[in-house]
Amino acid sequence: MALTRSVQRTRRLKLQAFRIAIFALAAVFFLIPLSAMVEFSTRANNGSRTLEYWQSITTYPEMTDAIVASLQLAVITSFAMLVLLVPTMVWVRLKLHRLNRIVEFICLLPLTIPAIVLVVGLFPMYIWLGTNLSDSILTLALAYVVLVLPYCYRALDAGLGAIDVKTLTEAARSLGAGWFTVMWRIIVPNISNAILNATLLSVALVLGEYTIANNLLYNNLQVELVHLGRASAGTSIAVAVGSLFFAFVLLVAIAFVGGRPRRQRADPVAAVAGPLQASQA
Amino acid sequence: MGGRRFSLDWLGAIPFLAYVAAFLILPSAIVGVGAFLDANNSFTLDNFVHLSRSYIVTSTIETTFVSAVTALLGASLGALLSYAIVTGSPNGLLRRLVVSASGVLAQFGGVTLAFAFIASIGPAGFVYLFAQSHGVDYYAHGIWLFDLPGLNLVYLYFQIPLMVLVFLPALDGIKPQWREAAESLGGNTWHYWRHIAGPLLFPAFLGAVLLLFANSFSAYATANALINQGQPMLSQQIAGALSSEVGAYEPGFAKAIAIQMIVIVTVVTVLYTVLQRRTSRWL
Repeated sequence: MALTRSVQRTRRLKLQAFRIAIFALAAVFFLIPLSAMVEFSTRANNGSRTLEYWQSITTYPEMTDAIVASLQLAVITSFAMLVLLVPTMVWVRLKLHRLNRIVEFICLLPLTIPAIVLVVGLFPMYIWLGTNLSDSILTLALAYVVLVLPYCYRALDAGLGAIDVKTLTEAARSLGAGWFTVMWRIIVPNISNAILNATLLSVALVLGEYTIANNLLYNNLQVELVHLGRASAGTSIAVAVGSLFFAFVLLVAIAFVGGRPRRQRADPVAAVAGPLQASQA
Repeated sequence: MGGRRFSLDWLGAIPFLAYVAAFLILPSAIVGVGAFLDANNSFTLDNFVHLSRSYIVTSTIETTFVSAVTALLGASLGALLSYAIVTGSPNGLLRRLVVSASGVLAQFGGVTLAFAFIASIGPAGFVYLFAQSHGVDYYAHGIWLFDLPGLNLVYLYFQIPLMVLVFLPALDGIKPQWREAAESLGGNTWHYWRHIAGPLLFPAFLGAVLLLFANSFSAYATANALINQGQPMLSQQIAGALSSEVGAYEPGFAKAIAIQMIVIVTVVTVLYTVLQRRTSRWL
């Protein structure tokens, strides 16, 4: 008895030592580059500290334009994604059960098609859009909705899976609610966590998007970061740190509002293995 | 009556299907068809013949190599980090912070990551300045940060967090009772990992390696922000063939390279499936 207890104690000590070593290494690898950005963006030429670079952000109109454009894109993309995805997913669960797997497959497809490949196909489409409809940077939202589909699908799917959509809908319908009331007052409040989750993920993704914007020749936040990086590295790095922390705060918010570790968020694992296998089966 | 209801139900899915057809299926079809067209829109295989240009062959090999290295290293290191997380409290502050940070680092643009490394170990970064003032010049043989070795290092910065995100659920599925059961039957730590946890986790690990490979393979932002001269990655070659800056605007060729990328990812996926079937027999 005493023997097993001491075996367990040494094992627990070993495990603790292992965990501390791993976390220390991870902290060194991940925190040094991040803190270096903060350090670099506050370093004056004479070696003292300065906030000059942070203050100069507003003196670059291209940069402020790009920040505003990226924030607008984030809002439009999230909104369009929700309007497109939530009613469809509810409808498929209620009425078109056989479509369920197809919708899932389509939503996860963008994970297997590299963004740079999608750009090649979008290129002629955006040339057409630019000459015939609008060449506004906000048209990028059309492509971004596709990019965020896999992540938002997983988040919303987890939310809808946790409630009994059919019973709730039938109860509301039998009390005389129309479809809009069902969506807005029954479904949405019940999956509000999942919706928040999906929204914040798409915001983070849009704010970090570079590949599509750069190759379709639009200057969003990330593209402008690279441009500005050549003129004023300090300012550029200041904006980069700022946007990174903004995204981090958003994701921490989900983790805490959600009240539990975001297990469903991590699901792209299964999600990715699924369509990959299906696509070549 | 029944027939009419059936068709009305389908109407509900039409907005979604139409959107996806326009912005996901159509671009993919443009790539698939356009790869076989020349500048006059007539059929040609020349775009694929051009894939044998030496710089494309070099890019293909280097991209595959970088992706494989960062996938294997990222998966191994990420698995260790996940294990360290999962042995702690499931609702603890540490876990939530690490998962959130992983979410940001795995998704957030490669531009920022490239900057982070330039600011830290780059020629003007404080780590380099510190090392140099202590007599260590790790750029004595050239600034490798802006070359393939640097790319490997920076890619790990988003590969490890992605591994944490995808591997945590698999580790969560391992029950401590299984270990106790193994011990009560006289098994030691090695037996437990070799016969219980290892075989259970291996398929998830392989799947994650595949995901990480595809992730590096399609990465573009990091490479583009880090490497100014030359275009070592396949994704950069596509961008080069699309833009007129370099002087060679070859949309058909860009599509051929895009198809080559998809083919390579598919081949890796097939290998993965075969391997997974095999391993389920070995273990």
